[in-house]
Amino acid sequence: MNNLFVYCEVENGKVADVSLELLTKGRSLAQQLGCQLEAVLVGYQLDSLAQSLFEYGADVVHVADDKRLYPYLTLPHTAIVNALIKQEQPQIALMGATTIGRDLGPRVSSALHSGLTADCTSLEIGDHADTKGNEYKNLLYQIRPAFGGNIIATIVNPECRPQMATVREGVMKKEALPAPKKGIIKKADVAKILNDTDFVVKIIDRQIEERKIDIKNAGIIVSGGYGMGSKENFALLHELAAVLGGEVGASRAAVDAGLAEHERQVGQTGVTVRPKLYIACGISGQIQHTAGMDQSAMVIAINNDPNAPINQLADYAITGDVCEVVNKLIKYYKKNSK
Amino acid sequence: MKIVVLAKQVPDTRNVGKNAMKEDGTVNRAALPAIFNPEDLNALEQALRLKDKHAGSTVQLLTMGPGRAADIIREGLFRGADGGVLLTDRKFAGADTLATSYALSRALQKLQPDLIIAGRQAIDGDTAQVGPQVAEKLNFPQVTYAEEIVGYNGKEIVIKRRLEHGVETVSSTLPLVVTVHGSAAPCRPRHAKCLMKYKHSRTATEQQENPSPYYNESLRITEWGVADVGGEEQQFGLSGSPTKVKKIENIVFAAKEAKRLTAADKDVEELVIELIGNHTIG
Repeated sequence: MNNLFVYCEVENGKVADVSLELLTKGRSLAQQLGCQLEAVLVGYQLDSLAQSLFEYGADVVHVADDKRLYPYLTLPHTAIVNALIKQEQPQIALMGATTIGRDLGPRVSSALHSGLTADCTSLEIGDHADTKGNEYKNLLYQIRPAFGGNIIATIVNPECRPQMATVREGVMKKEALPAPKKGIIKKADVAKILNDTDFVVKIIDRQIEERKIDIKNAGIIVSGGYGMGSKENFALLHELAAVLGGEVGASRAAVDAGLAEHERQVGQTGVTVRPKLYIACGISGQIQHTAGMDQSAMVIAINNDPNAPINQLADYAITGDVCEVVNKLIKYYKKNSK
Repeated sequence: MKIVVLAKQVPDTRNVGKNAMKEDGTVNRAALPAIFNPEDLNALEQALRLKDKHAGSTVQLLTMGPGRAADIIREGLFRGADGGVLLTDRKFAGADTLATSYALSRALQKLQPDLIIAGRQAIDGDTAQVGPQVAEKLNFPQVTYAEEIVGYNGKEIVIKRRLEHGVETVSSTLPLVVTVHGSAAPCRPRHAKCLMKYKHSRTATEQQENPSPYYNESLRITEWGVADVGGEEQQFGLSGSPTKVKKIENIVFAAKEAKRLTAADKDVEELVIELIGNHTIG
């Protein structure tokens, strides 16, 4: 049967959040399509992890368990995924838009000649008719900002299977089932699939740091754009965030200009956030950025340009000098909070 | 070592300013300058460093695009590359990443490089797909998200990768495809000598349309079309692209009423009190 595949990433003995988010999304897509949800778990010592995927609605978990499969390497993981796709013929295959998913996805799509859409912000099921009059039922709509985030494109793969897409962490919601499903574990014949030539790239050293900056789970985000101008001014945002108990975010332009670390980047090519309060400081509001924060419960925009696009999605638009306003926010918060 | 750098000419989508917006609030693409894709410049720098260290190495650029994309190759020559190939043909048009990688891989089979270096992704698509897709088509291994090519001992190449939460160092034999992350060293500027030498370099088409008296054959930028690279014609361009664009929505900045405030003390303090009052902060 043509089911829905989710490739599940493993890091430090855990399944990555993005994979659980994709299983959650995959569950509802599979229900719409009337097919099953199959997880693909590739790594080492996976028994308990495989079980945990049933909590997220997997009907089948394909397990490829081998010492050589952790940490992730391109060619062995590609070989496993290609073999499973050829065997199971899924109609859809989803992966996280992480350094792993964006390394693996294109490799697999190139080998199987299937279409892949990167960094989708929404996935839907729908029909399609092309200009030649061909009609297709129940395709995967792969929806993503493109062209630097200035357009939203809906992409379909009418002919080639599987329809492949990657999705960034935090874009979809992660939700376990109230009671885990009873599913099947299928073990892949790893020794048969892998070749020595798959191991030409060798890992010499890995220094994995636990993420220190965590803007994804912050309730309040004070975010700065290129309009902050300097590192000194940007430091003010750290001060406001510390006072409010929040984290500092940044636009791509601010990160590119070296004002903030990569981990703080909010937007299509950064992190997607949904805080209860998002304070956008010196951010013009390109879609590239707003795609990552427009679901914030409340947005305050501070900008010297009264016509900045960010003001259009703000609940409060403060027009004025950013540093002056941020200083006043700090001052009046200290004065009025107990 | 024979190195080919994959480079792309892209519209500068990072600076979609007011001038680039049409009256209806959508982007006027024609108003965006065409630039050397930023991460491809990082890739070029890594290639040039290898060339500096390993005598006899050559760096060539390979780009696919319309005739004006020859600018990308000239820019590479000004910065120290030895030559370049422009893949240009109407039959390449409408290619998605897979059809693009097919065309590039056909050209690469002709060029026979030991090492292919590309930017991680292009800013007009942000897909990061072409590098790995080319690698697969050539049956080369790949190292993506590279931050630095640390060394090459004639047999093994050592590369540092930048991952989400840390750094990984890997080794590989050649041939290999490497894609370079924007956190890598910036590209060196143009070199005056190279600029003088290659100022009049042109594709044959350009020389025909806009002849330069200083042009000679050694300055020719190679142009290849489908006929030159061979392969299955239906795999190029639109017909070779499994992904189809169903719908494009231009982003129109829709009006939503925001409460307008000034930077005056009264405005800011009232806002803070309101936010504390409704438990948004505090």
